[in-house]
Amino acid sequence: MAAPRLLLPKVQGFPPLFCLPLIWRNGTAERPGHGLVEKDPKFADMHGFANPARFLRLARWLMPLLLGVGLVLAFGALAWGLLVVPPDRLMGQTVRILFIHVPCAWLGMAGWSTIAVSSLVELVWRHPLAAIAARAAAVPGAVFTALCLITGSIWARPTWGTWWVWDGRLTSYLILLFLYFGYIALAGAAQRDAAAGSGASRVTAIFGMVGAINIPIINRSVIWWNSLHQPASITLGKSSIDGTFLWPLLIGALGFSCIFGGVVLARMRTLLADIQAEARLRRKAMA
Amino acid sequence: MSAIKAKHQRLVLLVIALAALIGAGLLAAWALSKQASYFYVPSDLVAHPPEQGRAVRLGGMVQRGSIKTMPDGVTITFVVGDGKATVPVRYAGITPDLFVEGSGVVAEGRMEGATFVADNLLAKHDEKYVPREMKDMTQAQAKAVVAETK
Repeated sequence: MAAPRLLLPKVQGFPPLFCLPLIWRNGTAERPGHGLVEKDPKFADMHGFANPARFLRLARWLMPLLLGVGLVLAFGALAWGLLVVPPDRLMGQTVRILFIHVPCAWLGMAGWSTIAVSSLVELVWRHPLAAIAARAAAVPGAVFTALCLITGSIWARPTWGTWWVWDGRLTSYLILLFLYFGYIALAGAAQRDAAAGSGASRVTAIFGMVGAINIPIINRSVIWWNSLHQPASITLGKSSIDGTFLWPLLIGALGFSCIFGGVVLARMRTLLADIQAEARLRRKAMA
Repeated sequence: MSAIKAKHQRLVLLVIALAALIGAGLLAAWALSKQASYFYVPSDLVAHPPEQGRAVRLGGMVQRGSIKTMPDGVTITFVVGDGKATVPVRYAGITPDLFVEGSGVVAEGRMEGATFVADNLLAKHDEKYVPREMKDMTQAQAKAVVAETK
Protein backbone atom coordinates (compact mmCIF):
# COMPACT_ATOMS: atom_id res chain seq x y z
CA MET A 1 0.00 0.00 0.00
CA ALA A 2 1.46 3.29 -1.06
CA ALA A 3 1.57 6.18 1.37
CA PRO A 4 -1.77 8.03 1.32
CA ARG A 5 -1.81 11.06 -0.91
CA LEU A 6 -2.92 14.08 0.98
CA LEU A 7 -4.70 17.11 -0.34
CA LEU A 8 -1.68 19.36 -0.42
CA PRO A 9 -1.44 21.73 -3.33
CA LYS A 10 1.40 20.53 -5.52
CA VAL A 11 3.86 23.35 -5.86
CA GLN A 12 5.42 22.11 -9.07
CA GLY A 13 2.15 20.59 -10.14
CA PHE A 14 0.15 20.46 -13.26
CA PRO A 15 -2.15 23.49 -13.24
CA PRO A 16 -5.36 22.38 -14.89
CA LEU A 17 -5.48 25.46 -17.10
CA PHE A 18 -2.21 24.44 -18.67
CA CYS A 19 -3.66 21.18 -19.91
CA LEU A 20 -6.08 22.92 -22.22
CA PRO A 21 -3.78 23.52 -25.18
CA LEU A 22 -2.79 19.85 -24.97
CA ILE A 23 -6.38 18.70 -25.09
CA TRP A 24 -7.11 21.17 -27.79
CA ARG A 25 -4.70 19.77 -30.29
CA ASN A 26 -5.38 16.10 -29.74
CA GLY A 27 -8.83 15.82 -28.31
CA THR A 28 -7.39 14.00 -25.30
CA ALA A 29 -4.77 14.86 -22.74
CA GLU A 30 -1.36 13.53 -23.60
CA ARG A 31 -0.46 13.10 -19.98
CA PRO A 32 -2.66 10.53 -18.28
CA GLY A 33 -3.49 10.25 -14.63
CA HIS A 34 -4.69 13.76 -13.98
CA GLY A 35 -8.39 13.19 -14.21
CA LEU A 36 -8.64 15.13 -17.43
CA VAL A 37 -9.69 13.32 -20.54
CA GLU A 38 -8.21 9.90 -19.98
CA LYS A 39 -7.35 7.75 -22.93
CA ASP A 40 -9.59 5.06 -21.52
CA PRO A 41 -12.86 5.49 -23.51
CA LYS A 42 -14.87 5.10 -20.31
CA PHE A 43 -13.32 8.29 -18.96
CA ALA A 44 -13.52 10.04 -22.29
CA ASP A 45 -17.29 9.71 -22.03
CA MET A 46 -17.49 10.78 -18.42
CA HIS A 47 -15.46 13.88 -19.12
CA GLY A 48 -16.90 14.61 -22.51
CA PHE A 49 -17.24 18.29 -21.77
CA ALA A 50 -13.67 18.52 -20.56
CA ASN A 51 -12.96 18.70 -24.25
CA PRO A 52 -13.11 22.46 -24.91
CA ALA A 53 -13.83 21.95 -28.60
CA ARG A 54 -17.05 20.13 -27.75
CA PHE A 55 -17.96 22.72 -25.12
CA LEU A 56 -17.35 25.54 -27.59
CA ARG A 57 -19.61 23.94 -30.18
CA LEU A 58 -22.36 23.85 -27.56
CA ALA A 59 -21.69 27.37 -26.28
CA ARG A 60 -21.68 28.86 -29.77
CA TRP A 61 -25.45 28.42 -30.18
CA LEU A 62 -26.48 28.22 -26.52
CA MET A 63 -25.01 31.60 -25.57
CA PRO A 64 -26.98 33.78 -28.04
CA LEU A 65 -30.09 31.71 -27.34
CA LEU A 66 -29.85 32.31 -23.57
CA LEU A 67 -29.07 36.01 -24.01
CA GLY A 68 -31.94 36.51 -26.48
CA VAL A 69 -34.54 34.66 -24.43
CA GLY A 70 -33.27 36.30 -21.24
CA LEU A 71 -33.48 39.84 -22.63
CA VAL A 72 -37.01 39.29 -23.97
CA LEU A 73 -38.26 37.76 -20.69
CA ALA A 74 -36.50 40.28 -18.45
CA PHE A 75 -37.65 43.36 -20.39
CA GLY A 76 -41.18 41.95 -20.73
CA ALA A 77 -41.39 41.28 -17.00
CA LEU A 78 -39.92 44.69 -16.13
CA ALA A 79 -42.37 46.50 -18.43
CA TRP A 80 -45.20 44.50 -16.85
CA GLY A 81 -43.92 45.27 -13.36
CA LEU A 82 -43.37 48.97 -14.03
CA LEU A 83 -46.46 49.79 -16.09
CA VAL A 84 -49.21 47.26 -15.43
CA VAL A 85 -48.94 46.09 -11.82
CA PRO A 86 -50.99 48.11 -9.26
CA PRO A 87 -49.27 49.83 -6.31
CA ASP A 88 -48.82 47.93 -3.03
CA ARG A 89 -51.21 48.58 -0.13
CA LEU A 90 -48.48 50.10 2.09
CA MET A 91 -45.45 50.81 -0.09
CA GLY A 92 -47.31 52.25 -3.06
CA GLN A 93 -45.13 52.65 -6.16
CA THR A 94 -41.99 51.65 -4.30
CA VAL A 95 -43.03 48.02 -4.66
CA ARG A 96 -41.88 48.09 -8.31
CA ILE A 97 -38.24 47.91 -7.29
CA LEU A 98 -39.02 44.36 -6.17
CA PHE A 99 -38.86 43.18 -9.78
CA ILE A 100 -35.17 44.06 -10.04
CA HIS A 101 -34.08 43.66 -6.44
CA VAL A 102 -35.27 40.09 -5.84
CA PRO A 103 -33.89 38.48 -9.06
CA CYS A 104 -30.57 40.25 -8.40
CA ALA A 105 -30.51 38.94 -4.84
CA TRP A 106 -31.15 35.37 -6.02
CA LEU A 107 -28.54 35.59 -8.76
CA GLY A 108 -25.91 37.11 -6.48
CA MET A 109 -26.20 33.98 -4.35
CA ALA A 110 -26.57 31.68 -7.38
CA GLY A 111 -23.32 33.15 -8.72
CA TRP A 112 -21.38 32.16 -5.64
CA SER A 113 -23.06 28.73 -5.63
CA THR A 114 -21.78 28.30 -9.20
CA ILE A 115 -18.29 29.25 -8.03
CA ALA A 116 -18.48 26.80 -5.10
CA VAL A 117 -19.74 23.83 -7.11
CA SER A 118 -17.29 24.49 -9.97
CA SER A 119 -14.46 24.78 -7.44
CA LEU A 120 -15.40 21.41 -5.93
CA VAL A 121 -15.40 19.81 -9.39
CA GLU A 122 -12.08 21.50 -10.17
CA LEU A 123 -10.45 20.24 -6.96
CA VAL A 124 -11.83 16.69 -7.00
CA TRP A 125 -11.94 15.79 -10.69
CA ARG A 126 -9.34 18.35 -11.90
CA HIS A 127 -11.85 19.28 -14.56
CA PRO A 128 -10.30 22.17 -16.51
CA LEU A 129 -13.58 23.70 -17.66
CA ALA A 130 -14.80 23.84 -14.07
CA ALA A 131 -11.99 26.24 -13.19
CA ILE A 132 -12.99 28.42 -16.12
CA ALA A 133 -16.68 28.29 -15.22
CA ALA A 134 -15.90 29.41 -11.65
CA ARG A 135 -13.85 32.37 -12.87
CA ALA A 136 -16.46 33.27 -15.48
CA ALA A 137 -19.25 33.41 -12.88
CA ALA A 138 -17.42 35.80 -10.55
CA VAL A 139 -17.91 39.14 -12.33
CA PRO A 140 -21.60 38.70 -13.28
CA GLY A 141 -22.26 37.42 -9.75
CA ALA A 142 -20.59 40.49 -8.27
CA VAL A 143 -22.59 42.79 -10.57
CA PHE A 144 -25.90 41.24 -9.50
CA THR A 145 -24.84 41.42 -5.83
CA ALA A 146 -24.00 45.11 -6.18
CA LEU A 147 -27.30 45.78 -8.01
CA CYS A 148 -29.18 44.01 -5.22
CA LEU A 149 -27.51 46.18 -2.57
CA ILE A 150 -28.09 49.41 -4.52
CA THR A 151 -31.75 48.74 -5.34
CA GLY A 152 -32.36 47.52 -1.80
CA SER A 153 -30.93 50.73 -0.41
CA ILE A 154 -33.12 52.84 -2.71
CA TRP A 155 -36.15 50.83 -1.57
CA ALA A 156 -35.20 51.06 2.10
CA ARG A 157 -35.10 54.88 2.21
CA PRO A 158 -38.84 55.43 1.64
CA THR A 159 -39.97 52.14 3.18
CA TRP A 160 -37.94 51.84 6.38
CA GLY A 161 -36.83 55.45 6.62
CA THR A 162 -33.10 54.73 6.24
CA TRP A 163 -30.63 53.95 3.45
CA TRP A 164 -28.73 51.31 5.37
CA VAL A 165 -28.81 49.45 8.67
CA TRP A 166 -26.32 46.92 9.99
CA ASP A 167 -28.78 44.09 10.47
CA GLY A 168 -27.99 40.42 9.80
CA ARG A 169 -29.31 40.21 6.25
CA LEU A 170 -27.80 43.43 4.94
CA THR A 171 -24.44 42.83 6.58
CA SER A 172 -24.11 39.22 5.39
CA TYR A 173 -25.05 40.30 1.86
CA LEU A 174 -22.46 43.08 1.89
CA ILE A 175 -19.88 40.47 2.95
CA LEU A 176 -20.88 38.46 -0.14
CA LEU A 177 -19.93 41.45 -2.32
CA PHE A 178 -16.55 41.72 -0.56
CA LEU A 179 -16.03 37.96 -1.04
CA TYR A 180 -16.61 38.47 -4.77
CA PHE A 181 -14.02 41.26 -4.85
CA GLY A 182 -11.55 39.01 -3.03
CA TYR A 183 -12.25 36.12 -5.37
CA ILE A 184 -11.82 38.24 -8.51
CA ALA A 185 -8.52 39.65 -7.21
CA LEU A 186 -7.28 36.20 -6.20
CA ALA A 187 -8.24 34.64 -9.55
CA GLY A 188 -6.45 37.45 -11.37
CA ALA A 189 -3.32 36.99 -9.29
CA ALA A 190 -3.47 33.20 -9.77
CA GLN A 191 -3.68 33.64 -13.53
CA ARG A 192 -0.54 35.78 -13.54
CA ASP A 193 1.30 33.33 -11.28
CA ALA A 194 0.15 30.27 -13.21
CA ALA A 195 3.00 30.75 -15.66
CA ALA A 196 5.38 30.08 -12.78
CA GLY A 197 3.56 26.82 -12.05
CA SER A 198 2.64 27.85 -8.53
CA GLY A 199 -0.60 25.89 -8.33
CA ALA A 200 -2.32 29.10 -7.28
CA SER A 201 -5.41 28.05 -9.23
CA ARG A 202 -6.19 25.63 -6.42
CA VAL A 203 -5.96 28.40 -3.82
CA THR A 204 -8.66 30.26 -5.76
CA ALA A 205 -10.85 27.14 -5.79
CA ILE A 206 -10.40 26.61 -2.04
CA PHE A 207 -11.37 30.25 -1.43
CA GLY A 208 -14.45 29.73 -3.60
CA MET A 209 -15.56 26.78 -1.49
CA VAL A 210 -14.81 28.36 1.88
CA GLY A 211 -16.75 31.49 0.90
CA ALA A 212 -19.83 29.36 0.29
CA ILE A 213 -20.41 29.26 4.07
CA ASN A 214 -21.86 32.75 3.70
CA ILE A 215 -24.70 31.53 1.45
CA PRO A 216 -26.69 29.59 4.11
CA ILE A 217 -25.93 32.41 6.57
CA ILE A 218 -27.52 34.96 4.20
CA ASN A 219 -30.49 32.66 3.74
CA ARG A 220 -31.03 32.07 7.48
CA SER A 221 -30.07 35.55 8.68
CA VAL A 222 -33.66 36.79 8.83
CA ILE A 223 -34.71 33.73 10.83
CA TRP A 224 -31.83 33.43 13.30
CA TRP A 225 -31.62 37.09 14.20
CA ASN A 226 -34.22 39.81 14.60
CA SER A 227 -33.57 41.85 11.49
CA LEU A 228 -35.08 44.92 9.91
CA HIS A 229 -35.18 43.07 6.59
CA GLN A 230 -38.38 41.07 6.25
CA PRO A 231 -38.22 37.24 6.19
CA ALA A 232 -38.43 35.40 2.87
CA SER A 233 -41.71 35.96 1.04
CA ILE A 234 -41.22 33.01 -1.27
CA THR A 235 -40.25 29.67 0.19
CA LEU A 236 -40.59 26.23 -1.39
CA GLY A 237 -44.17 25.90 -2.57
CA LYS A 238 -45.41 28.95 -0.65
CA SER A 239 -45.62 32.66 -1.33
CA SER A 240 -46.96 35.59 0.63
CA ILE A 241 -46.61 37.79 -2.43
CA ASP A 242 -49.94 38.34 -4.16
CA GLY A 243 -50.22 36.73 -7.60
CA THR A 244 -50.41 40.19 -9.19
CA PHE A 245 -46.78 40.81 -8.16
CA LEU A 246 -45.61 37.19 -8.16
CA TRP A 247 -45.89 36.36 -11.87
CA PRO A 248 -43.89 39.28 -13.28
CA LEU A 249 -41.36 38.63 -10.51
CA LEU A 250 -40.91 34.94 -11.40
CA ILE A 251 -40.75 35.59 -15.14
CA GLY A 252 -38.26 38.40 -14.54
CA ALA A 253 -36.16 36.08 -12.39
CA LEU A 254 -36.15 33.47 -15.16
CA GLY A 255 -35.12 36.14 -17.68
CA PHE A 256 -32.32 37.48 -15.48
CA SER A 257 -31.12 33.90 -14.91
CA CYS A 258 -30.94 33.31 -18.68
CA ILE A 259 -28.92 36.52 -19.07
CA PHE A 260 -26.63 35.37 -16.26
CA GLY A 261 -26.13 31.98 -17.96
CA GLY A 262 -25.46 33.65 -21.32
CA VAL A 263 -22.90 36.03 -19.82
CA VAL A 264 -21.12 33.17 -18.03
CA LEU A 265 -20.91 31.22 -21.31
CA ALA A 266 -19.62 34.29 -23.14
CA ARG A 267 -16.97 34.86 -20.48
CA MET A 268 -15.97 31.19 -20.59
CA ARG A 269 -15.46 31.46 -24.35
CA THR A 270 -13.34 34.57 -23.82
CA LEU A 271 -11.21 32.91 -21.15
CA LEU A 272 -10.71 29.84 -23.37
CA ALA A 273 -9.74 32.04 -26.32
CA ASP A 274 -7.23 33.88 -24.11
CA ILE A 275 -5.63 30.60 -23.02
CA GLN A 276 -5.50 29.39 -26.61
CA ALA A 277 -3.92 32.61 -27.84
CA GLU A 278 -1.35 32.53 -25.08
CA ALA A 279 -0.47 28.90 -25.86
CA ARG A 280 0.01 29.77 -29.54
CA LEU A 281 2.25 32.70 -28.69
CA ARG A 282 4.30 30.46 -26.42
CA ARG A 283 4.67 27.83 -29.13
CA LYS A 284 5.73 30.48 -31.62
CA ALA A 285 8.27 31.89 -29.19
CA MET A 286 9.74 28.42 -28.72
CA ALA A 287 9.86 27.62 -32.43
CA MET B 1 -2.42 3.80 -6.60
CA SER B 2 -4.83 4.25 -9.45
CA ALA B 3 -6.25 7.56 -10.60
CA ILE B 4 -9.75 6.65 -9.41
CA LYS B 5 -8.57 6.08 -5.88
CA ALA B 6 -6.83 9.45 -5.77
CA LYS B 7 -9.95 11.09 -7.12
CA HIS B 8 -12.13 9.47 -4.49
CA GLN B 9 -9.67 10.36 -1.79
CA ARG B 10 -9.81 14.00 -2.85
CA LEU B 11 -13.60 13.87 -2.84
CA VAL B 12 -13.75 12.34 0.66
CA LEU B 13 -11.18 14.78 2.05
CA LEU B 14 -12.98 17.75 0.54
CA VAL B 15 -16.36 16.61 1.82
CA ILE B 16 -14.93 16.18 5.33
CA ALA B 17 -13.23 19.59 5.14
CA LEU B 18 -16.45 21.20 3.91
CA ALA B 19 -18.56 19.53 6.59
CA ALA B 20 -16.13 20.78 9.26
CA LEU B 21 -16.13 24.30 7.80
CA ILE B 22 -19.90 24.50 7.50
CA GLY B 23 -20.24 23.11 11.02
CA ALA B 24 -17.84 25.75 12.32
CA GLY B 25 -19.67 28.49 10.43
CA LEU B 26 -23.06 27.41 11.69
CA LEU B 27 -21.80 27.09 15.28
CA ALA B 28 -20.34 30.58 15.08
CA ALA B 29 -23.59 31.96 13.68
CA TRP B 30 -25.56 30.14 16.37
CA ALA B 31 -23.29 31.52 19.09
CA LEU B 32 -23.99 34.97 17.67
CA SER B 33 -27.73 34.37 17.85
CA LYS B 34 -28.25 36.74 20.77
CA GLN B 35 -25.58 39.34 19.94
CA ALA B 36 -26.31 39.69 16.22
CA SER B 37 -29.97 40.55 16.59
CA TYR B 38 -30.78 43.98 15.30
CA PHE B 39 -33.29 44.76 18.03
CA TYR B 40 -34.93 43.48 21.22
CA VAL B 41 -38.57 42.42 21.17
CA PRO B 42 -40.80 43.73 24.01
CA SER B 43 -40.74 40.43 25.93
CA ASP B 44 -36.87 40.51 25.96
CA LEU B 45 -36.97 44.07 27.21
CA VAL B 46 -39.48 43.28 29.96
CA ALA B 47 -37.72 40.05 31.04
CA HIS B 48 -34.19 41.52 31.02
CA PRO B 49 -34.49 45.29 31.22
CA PRO B 50 -31.35 47.09 29.96
CA GLU B 51 -29.72 49.74 32.13
CA GLN B 52 -31.56 53.04 32.15
CA GLY B 53 -30.19 55.36 29.48
CA ARG B 54 -28.28 52.67 27.56
CA ALA B 55 -28.86 52.90 23.78
CA VAL B 56 -30.89 49.92 22.55
CA ARG B 57 -33.31 49.14 19.74
CA LEU B 58 -36.83 47.92 20.31
CA GLY B 59 -38.78 46.15 17.57
CA GLY B 60 -42.37 44.92 17.46
CA MET B 61 -45.85 45.66 16.24
CA VAL B 62 -47.54 49.02 16.84
CA GLN B 63 -50.67 48.15 18.82
CA ARG B 64 -53.90 49.16 17.12
CA GLY B 65 -55.47 52.31 18.55
CA SER B 66 -52.37 53.18 20.58
CA ILE B 67 -50.86 56.07 18.56
CA LYS B 68 -51.63 59.35 20.33
CA THR B 69 -50.33 62.83 19.51
CA MET B 70 -49.34 64.96 22.52
CA PRO B 71 -50.61 68.56 22.87
CA ASP B 72 -47.28 69.94 21.53
CA GLY B 73 -48.14 68.42 18.11
CA VAL B 74 -44.80 66.69 17.46
CA THR B 75 -44.51 64.17 20.25
CA ILE B 76 -46.36 60.91 19.78
CA THR B 77 -46.82 57.98 22.11
CA PHE B 78 -47.69 54.46 21.12
CA VAL B 79 -47.43 50.92 22.44
CA VAL B 80 -45.17 48.26 20.89
CA GLY B 81 -46.08 44.64 21.50
CA ASP B 82 -45.00 41.17 20.38
CA GLY B 83 -48.03 39.21 21.55
CA LYS B 84 -46.46 38.44 24.94
CA ALA B 85 -45.49 41.81 26.37
CA THR B 86 -45.94 45.49 25.55
CA VAL B 87 -43.72 48.54 26.02
CA PRO B 88 -44.96 52.17 25.85
CA VAL B 89 -42.87 54.35 23.50
CA ARG B 90 -42.50 58.13 23.26
CA TYR B 91 -41.08 59.78 20.13
CA ALA B 92 -40.73 63.36 18.91
CA GLY B 93 -40.05 63.76 15.20
CA ILE B 94 -41.13 62.80 11.70
CA THR B 95 -42.39 59.26 11.30
CA PRO B 96 -41.68 57.15 8.21
CA ASP B 97 -44.52 56.67 5.70
CA LEU B 98 -45.02 53.05 6.62
CA PHE B 99 -45.40 53.80 10.32
CA VAL B 100 -49.03 52.81 10.87
CA GLU B 101 -50.96 51.00 13.57
CA GLY B 102 -50.77 47.24 13.27
CA SER B 103 -47.49 47.20 11.36
CA GLY B 104 -43.90 46.61 12.44
CA VAL B 105 -41.56 49.25 13.82
CA VAL B 106 -37.97 49.41 15.07
CA ALA B 107 -37.30 52.24 17.54
CA GLU B 108 -33.79 53.38 18.48
CA GLY B 109 -33.54 54.94 21.92
CA ARG B 110 -33.35 54.10 25.63
CA MET B 111 -35.50 53.15 28.58
CA GLU B 112 -36.51 56.01 30.86
CA GLY B 113 -38.45 54.49 33.71
CA ALA B 114 -40.97 52.11 32.17
CA THR B 115 -41.19 54.16 28.95
CA PHE B 116 -38.99 53.69 25.90
CA VAL B 117 -37.86 57.09 24.59
CA ALA B 118 -37.06 56.83 20.87
CA ASP B 119 -34.62 59.07 18.95
CA ASN B 120 -35.36 57.46 15.62
CA LEU B 121 -38.08 55.28 14.14
CA LEU B 122 -37.66 52.73 11.34
CA ALA B 123 -40.69 51.13 9.74
CA LYS B 124 -40.40 47.37 9.36
CA HIS B 125 -42.08 45.94 6.31
CA ASP B 126 -43.46 42.42 6.51
CA GLU B 127 -43.04 39.76 3.85
CA LYS B 128 -46.53 40.28 2.42
CA TYR B 129 -47.08 42.13 -0.85
CA VAL B 130 -50.71 42.97 -1.60
CA PRO B 131 -52.21 45.45 -4.10
CA ARG B 132 -54.02 48.45 -2.62
CA GLU B 133 -57.44 47.35 -3.87
CA MET B 134 -57.27 44.18 -1.83
CA LYS B 135 -55.90 45.57 1.42
CA ASP B 136 -59.11 45.27 3.44
CA MET B 137 -60.08 41.85 2.13
CA THR B 138 -59.32 38.50 3.62
CA GLN B 139 -57.41 36.10 1.39
CA ALA B 140 -60.58 34.22 0.45
CA GLN B 141 -62.33 37.44 -0.57
CA ALA B 142 -59.33 38.59 -2.57
CA LYS B 143 -59.19 35.26 -4.39
CA ALA B 144 -62.89 35.57 -5.24
CA VAL B 145 -62.30 39.06 -6.70
CA VAL B 146 -59.37 37.82 -8.76
CA ALA B 147 -61.46 34.91 -10.06
CA GLU B 148 -64.31 37.29 -10.97
CA THR B 149 -62.16 39.70 -12.96
CA LYS B 150 -60.54 36.92 -14.99
